[in-house]
Amino acid sequence: MAKYKLQINGRAYEADVEPDTPLLWVLRDNLGLVGTKYGCGIAQCGACTVHVNGNPMRSCVYPVSAAANATITTIEGLETNGKLHAVQQAWDKVDVAQCGYCQAGQIMTATAFLSKNPNPTEAEIETAMNGNICRCGTYHRIREAVALAATKLN
Amino acid sequence: MTDISTTSRRSFMKLAATAGGGLMLGFSWTSTLASTAMEVLTDTQLASGNINFNSYLSISPDNIITILSPNPELGQNIKTSFPMIVAEELDADWTKVKVVQAALDTNKFERQVTGGSGAVPHSWERLRKAGATARHMLMEAAAKRWKVSVDTVSTENGMVLHKASNRKLSYGELATEASKVAVPTEVKLKDQKDFKLIGKAIRNVDNYEMITGKPLYGLDVYKEGMLYAVIQRPKAFGMKLKSVDAAAAKAVPGVVDVVTFKNNVAVVGTSTWQVNKARKALKVEYEAEGTLESSADHDRIFKELLAGKEATERRKDGDVDTAFKNAAKVITAEYQCPFLSHSPMEPMNFFADVRPDGVELIGPIQTPERARGDVAKLLNIAPEKITLELTRLGGGFGRRLYGDYVLEAAELSSIIKKPIKLIWTREDDMTGGTYRPAVRYRFEAALDKKGNMIGYKLRGAGINSGNPTREDNFPSGAVENLLIESVEHKSPITTGAWRAPITNFLAFAEQAFLDEVAQAAKKDPIQFRLELLDKAKTAPVGAIKYDLDRMKGVITLAAEKANWGKKKGVSQGFSVYFSHRSYVAQVADVVMKDGKPTIDRIHAAVDCGIVVNLSGAYQQVRGGVIDGLGHAMYSNLTFKAGAAEQSNFNNYRLIRMKEVPEVDVHFINNGIDPTGLGEPALPPTGGAVANALFKATGKRLRNQPFINQPELKNV
Ligand code: FES
Ligand code: FES
Repeated sequence: MAKYKLQINGRAYEADVEPDTPLLWVLRDNLGLVGTKYGCGIAQCGACTVHVNGNPMRSCVYPVSAAANATITTIEGLETNGKLHAVQQAWDKVDVAQCGYCQAGQIMTATAFLSKNPNPTEAEIETAMNGNICRCGTYHRIREAVALAATKLN
Repeated sequence: MTDISTTSRRSFMKLAATAGGGLMLGFSWTSTLASTAMEVLTDTQLASGNINFNSYLSISPDNIITILSPNPELGQNIKTSFPMIVAEELDADWTKVKVVQAALDTNKFERQVTGGSGAVPHSWERLRKAGATARHMLMEAAAKRWKVSVDTVSTENGMVLHKASNRKLSYGELATEASKVAVPTEVKLKDQKDFKLIGKAIRNVDNYEMITGKPLYGLDVYKEGMLYAVIQRPKAFGMKLKSVDAAAAKAVPGVVDVVTFKNNVAVVGTSTWQVNKARKALKVEYEAEGTLESSADHDRIFKELLAGKEATERRKDGDVDTAFKNAAKVITAEYQCPFLSHSPMEPMNFFADVRPDGVELIGPIQTPERARGDVAKLLNIAPEKITLELTRLGGGFGRRLYGDYVLEAAELSSIIKKPIKLIWTREDDMTGGTYRPAVRYRFEAALDKKGNMIGYKLRGAGINSGNPTREDNFPSGAVENLLIESVEHKSPITTGAWRAPITNFLAFAEQAFLDEVAQAAKKDPIQFRLELLDKAKTAPVGAIKYDLDRMKGVITLAAEKANWGKKKGVSQGFSVYFSHRSYVAQVADVVMKDGKPTIDRIHAAVDCGIVVNLSGAYQQVRGGVIDGLGHAMYSNLTFKAGAAEQSNFNNYRLIRMKEVPEVDVHFINNGIDPTGLGEPALPPTGGAVANALFKATGKRLRNQPFINQPELKNV
């Protein structure tokens, strides 16, 4: 085991884990940040998406040793001063979630995408979101919510 | 009396506490509980624990209306839709309504309810009555205070009004007085035309928690001192454990113990990652105890079963032999669907803490009462000593009807005498069984010279499928000579209910076959079905267990909305199905894009009775269509020597955003009490899509997944 200092949602954390432990399990098991979800563990579903230095990252295959000097944002850190992120607001407005389990990952993918491409076409939204599985099939509303959030961010 | 255990009683009170007065009305949410009566709950009664209800409605003096939701929520919108029904009859201000569910780690409340797609139809009356009863009591209280007749007061948006004198009082102001009014036994329910909330799009009451990543799900459960556990199960169906060498696994840092029970080798430790690593270091040997089946075996078995003499007769009308002998034309076709995994996004998991003084279980399960009973039996302790707390379910699709993982968690905790959270990996989930069974059907239809279907035969052969037919469904009742049979192969591969059990594959096969028959009869597929329905109406054959008019209603609506047969450059396919109490017709539009047939749009016409929450209902239909389409197109679970060949989303394909066409949803507005919507939108999709692709390519798709079929190559 080794000690890792992590910067998550603007706070400093420390975790004593094996270097190969994926960030996902450090967040969930060591730090109690369980908003980031486990869906497949092999970078196929997107449920575990977090931001590492602003980029979307599959935390299930991202070892903690690589995250040590990075700035990490999880779903718990999107809300600022009690105000939901525009993407979260859109998710509520469009009433996207069904079982809700995939949605943290969807929202993290969408926020990272919109920060790089604030004015996307429908096709660009689909490409950006295609890596995230929603077993409940809320895809139409995800697309709609990303488009709505884009208009709000502009 | 419904049993509410001691801890739960305490929590009921805590949840129900209406500090400083107010009204609290206890009622029962579903018909699984015998009592239909309602009662004002008093402090004394709450303290005595003599509670005969599984839900309550409370109105506090500060005007907050609280409704307790006892159902497992797996995404079917119950937690939002049900309180809407109460609030409608109450004439409540929805912005003042709070829906409470026993929250993780804080409250425990026994729920005797299984939930599922039949939930709305079962609870509709009770929920309406609960709201109407409270409304009536508030009106009585106001009338008394104003010294006017109750007939002269009315309600609106959380207020009681006396229009004649221009007076009004909020529900909160009246709540304490209302609690002293005798509970009426008969109340008048609203006329549907006066509905203000029902039929509107209301956002999910849990949106905030879901979009901010609050701990809601079983996998999020954490308790002080808890250990994490994974289980290595036999690698194939038909195998059992022979020997375990756990030395290397035990040496992995963070591992606390490795224990063997039944055919399971469980690794327990301080983190999910470390126990999974240790699990890979296990040296486990298995030996066969049954046949190790492969998909090639199933192919052969299907052929034998369909050709064999033995079959169970499910329905027989008229004389099929004569009909087929006299037929001008006979159409025969076979259709097949593979095994499927449920693959809810949240894999199976459960928390268990087995202590000498009692057992605590927490997690996602659709059948909590059964799970509790089974654990009681397994551990040989009284069910009253077990509390089971439900978490939100990260999808179910039928998988969480089965409590195998609850039993595993309980047994493991009882062995190691520590609280544990058992986690199934995605691979465990996909290779671990309880699949949608694989089925093959043989259909035969006899046509007379005029193209009338005078004979119909169906034999369904399934692997652990039970009866894979629905013998009393359409077209039964519309064909004079009909024979429906089933035959089953018993296999070590475990199967179970999968969203829209049986109909999820039967509907595809039947609706695609009827398209073939219509083609042979040289009839328009919709016209062909309408003729059969007319026939069933004028000259019914045997029992008819579906509503002919409702089916006709969705057919007509779908045809109209899809502009059936009138679209240039669009190949359309039709399908209609009655299942799980509701009626859904679909038209799939296929267009050519870059020389490839592409599903552009699916039109769905739905008769589920009254739509409670338009937002939830719309998504249930779109989600059902996407589920039906995705699995018909892509998903496939095959076997080699008893082991599933797919193990995760890299080799088991689920539909993704780019593959989803537009889905238009149209509801029939006929005022019938709700008949449920969790499942019925799924079954018709495969047939509509197969029929549209046939129009576009001239090739029939008779086997799922379509993507693997040679017919779709080179098109
Ligand atoms: S859990 Fe990381 S991509 Fe699925
Ligand atoms: S909302 Fe259930 S998996 Fe996406």
